[in-house]
Amino acid sequence: MSRPILLKGGRVIDPSRRSDGTADVLLQGGRIEAVGLNILPPDGTQVVECAGKVVAPGLIDVHVHLREPGQEDLETVATGAMAAVAGGFTGICAMPNTDPVCDNQGVVGFVIAQAQRAAKARVYPIGAVSVGQKGQQLAEFGELVGAGAVAVSDDGKPVASSHLMRMALEYAKTFGIPVADHCEDPTLAAGGSMHEGIISTRLGLKGIPAAAEEIMVARDILLAELTGGHVHLCHMSTRGSVELIRRAKDAGLRVTAEACPHHFALTHESCLGYNTNAKMNPPLREDLDREAIRQGLKDGTIDVIATDHAPHHYDAKEREFDDAPNGIIGLETAFGLAMAELVNTGLLSLPDLLLRMSTTPARTFNLPGGTLATGAPADVVVLDPAIQWVVQPEAFFSKSRNTPFAGRTLTGRAELTIVRGQVAFQRTS
Amino acid sequence: MDDRAIARCLARMASEIVERARGTEQLVIVGIQRRGVELAARLKRLIDDAESSHIAFGKLDITLYRDDLQAVGPRPMVGETTLPELDGKIVVIVDDVLYTGRTVRAALDECADFGRPRRILLCVLIDRGGRELPIQADIIGVTVSTGAGDRVDVLVRERDGEDAVAIVRGT
Amino acid sequence: MPTPLGKDLTALEYLSADQIRLILDTAEPFKEVSERQIKKVPALRGKTIVNLFFEASTRTRISFEFAEKRLSADTVNVASSGSSVSKGETLVDTARNLEAMHIDMVVIRHHASGSAEFLGKRIRSSVINAGDGKHEHPTQGLLDILTLRDKFGKIEGLKVAICGDLLHSRVGRSNIHGLLKLGAEVAVCGPASLLPRDVESLGVTVIPHIEDAIQWADALNILRLQLERMTAGYIPSLREYNRVFGLSTVRLDRAPKDLVIMHPGPMNRGVEIDSEVADGPHSVILPQVTNGVAVRMAVLYLLAGGAPDWAQAGGSE
Repeated sequence: MSRPILLKGGRVIDPSRRSDGTADVLLQGGRIEAVGLNILPPDGTQVVECAGKVVAPGLIDVHVHLREPGQEDLETVATGAMAAVAGGFTGICAMPNTDPVCDNQGVVGFVIAQAQRAAKARVYPIGAVSVGQKGQQLAEFGELVGAGAVAVSDDGKPVASSHLMRMALEYAKTFGIPVADHCEDPTLAAGGSMHEGIISTRLGLKGIPAAAEEIMVARDILLAELTGGHVHLCHMSTRGSVELIRRAKDAGLRVTAEACPHHFALTHESCLGYNTNAKMNPPLREDLDREAIRQGLKDGTIDVIATDHAPHHYDAKEREFDDAPNGIIGLETAFGLAMAELVNTGLLSLPDLLLRMSTTPARTFNLPGGTLATGAPADVVVLDPAIQWVVQPEAFFSKSRNTPFAGRTLTGRAELTIVRGQVAFQRTS
Repeated sequence: MDDRAIARCLARMASEIVERARGTEQLVIVGIQRRGVELAARLKRLIDDAESSHIAFGKLDITLYRDDLQAVGPRPMVGETTLPELDGKIVVIVDDVLYTGRTVRAALDECADFGRPRRILLCVLIDRGGRELPIQADIIGVTVSTGAGDRVDVLVRERDGEDAVAIVRGT
Repeated sequence: MPTPLGKDLTALEYLSADQIRLILDTAEPFKEVSERQIKKVPALRGKTIVNLFFEASTRTRISFEFAEKRLSADTVNVASSGSSVSKGETLVDTARNLEAMHIDMVVIRHHASGSAEFLGKRIRSSVINAGDGKHEHPTQGLLDILTLRDKFGKIEGLKVAICGDLLHSRVGRSNIHGLLKLGAEVAVCGPASLLPRDVESLGVTVIPHIEDAIQWADALNILRLQLERMTAGYIPSLREYNRVFGLSTVRLDRAPKDLVIMHPGPMNRGVEIDSEVADGPHSVILPQVTNGVAVRMAVLYLLAGGAPDWAQAGGSE
């Protein structure tokens, strides 16, 4: 067993218990042993001075693409889990759009085994909704959950068939897991490579209208009402979606939603100059959409901040805009962006941010962590909330470098990340 | 030089042209853009008045025939080129100042693309020396000696509001 | 060395009014060059230009080739079929390979919007956009504007209606940007299913019916309707398009004044424009083609001073 760790004298924020104040945190035996003032550590304890730092439950990202199995040149479970702890994440959920697709217990078991070998962040596989993510036949949710999957999703693609989505929501109830949907009407979005608006008009690129997302959000909400199942709406990007979710929550439906840092940090103007690092799906939208996402994070309409970490090889983005792949990596920039864009702008308090990045993600996907309650897993992050740093993609732990934030100055980052009571990442320099 | 000195020069040059061409029969006067054109037009008028002739007239812009595009970049404006029939004619190329000879070289090249004159004469108001090519004028208004840093400014009424030639000495 | 236009010409959106005027004014003397017996001047002697055409094009490629040859440049044509492009080589690799052979300019036609700008940012040679996807076709826009200026004497205050498939038209976008910068009033006219989102934000008005555009405009620019728009569901049928949006003599006869009719070609006679109109007295379709060569000569000439300095670049190869 590892040595006990005492995190001494930091600002301890535990959104799960709404507590915020200077305290010590003692980790022992892979659990949170005690939180309080002037804890006397047992012999052999590693004492970490945390004055001026924030001690919080480790961040949890419910939406990550790890590319393994199948595209290990872009990312592996090990490199993704390493990037995660460097970003302050102690747990990440791996989307199933790998090759082969994670639609059976074999792949789920493989991902878990790779994560154990890496021994960095905890990795929770998400199983596919349909066999091969082909949108036709339900995958074996029971076996997926039995092997360790925490949710199901066909992310990368929408569940186009309303019937299949209904069945997935009904069937998932049995296992108490959410169905995470990538909301996109495929006929409206077909061929589109950015948000449909004035910028797509100027650039002559085919746009994806906001309605392509909102139609599916509305459908999923209606199906959640019909089935009583738990639908989780991935990477919300439009003001219309936020409004639909707000109404669904007012009606008491079991709907949760996530938003990505790039959707609260950027708009479609980032695509000017055909910047392929600003190409994502869902696309970067307009100012009003970005504002609605921020408000949704503030009032809780959006439950969770998730990165949609999507590694790509540099020369895959070194293409004509239409031919470049969607997505950016996000694990190592998420907290700094959230601090810069949400907390330092006065929109969210730091405890509110940690609620959206740790406690709520854990609750939404029924994961351990997200709390500093005694006896909870010792998944803890020590954050420097004030440090200014410049994004240098070449310094990333991720295998990929595709980010639109290179050169940008961010505020706040993880200094120490502890998973299962053991130091998984400690920032040097 | 003032306007009267220039007028005297041009009158002498006009008669020299007729003499060298042995009449006006086959004569074509071609001015090089910009100020060569105005001077050429005046020479044509002087000759036509004196000889009761209607000699052919043309203008030439040598911008596209320059050999220094790479060095100086494209000229912002390319002027007009209109030339009459040149085959078998005696063509008098008129320019304001003869210096390196490169402009004349370009003008000769351009004329060659338009036809095959029997003979080409070069007529300049000022010869300031400083040749970089083996080119010489046949009819010269004034010869002045200048250094590389000097500037010779020729002003013409039609374009500049007055007739004048000034040598601006370099420092 | 910086040229008056910068390194590349990728979009009229990026040019100032003065730069556009400079190109148009420079094109004037080049019109005369094409009328000479020896249609050739040595301005670009020794320059190497690659015409890189990833999309089939007859008119634009020939026009560029004439322009290059009349300026005495050495030209090489690369078409996508039969070259390494069709073997899966990426655009940037193709261009870098060409550049390793010390070329001065690339004229590119490509199916992807932004490809010319993409290329321009990655190679030292000048890049001229000969049509990139649905984005811009700047030299076509320039030749259209030059043709209008020939006809009306000036662009400022002119009312120009651009009619048809604006959504997919690079010609339309270049016309809009160029004309607006020079002070024209621009309207777009066509079925709403073929107008781009928020097009009014570019500074144009939308006139839904061609009858109204004819009443309003001094000149119409009729865009080509790609025949595959029907199968893709943008319009019900070509027949209906012609009946509702086509430019016919019947419609044109109701114009309150003599209109100038332009078309970038190639025309679909009987779809967006009737033959009687295309061949009629108001059409300037052939002068457009003539002006195309002059405008392209002007652009090539103005960009030529800025060729890459290989010696300074430290030797590639």
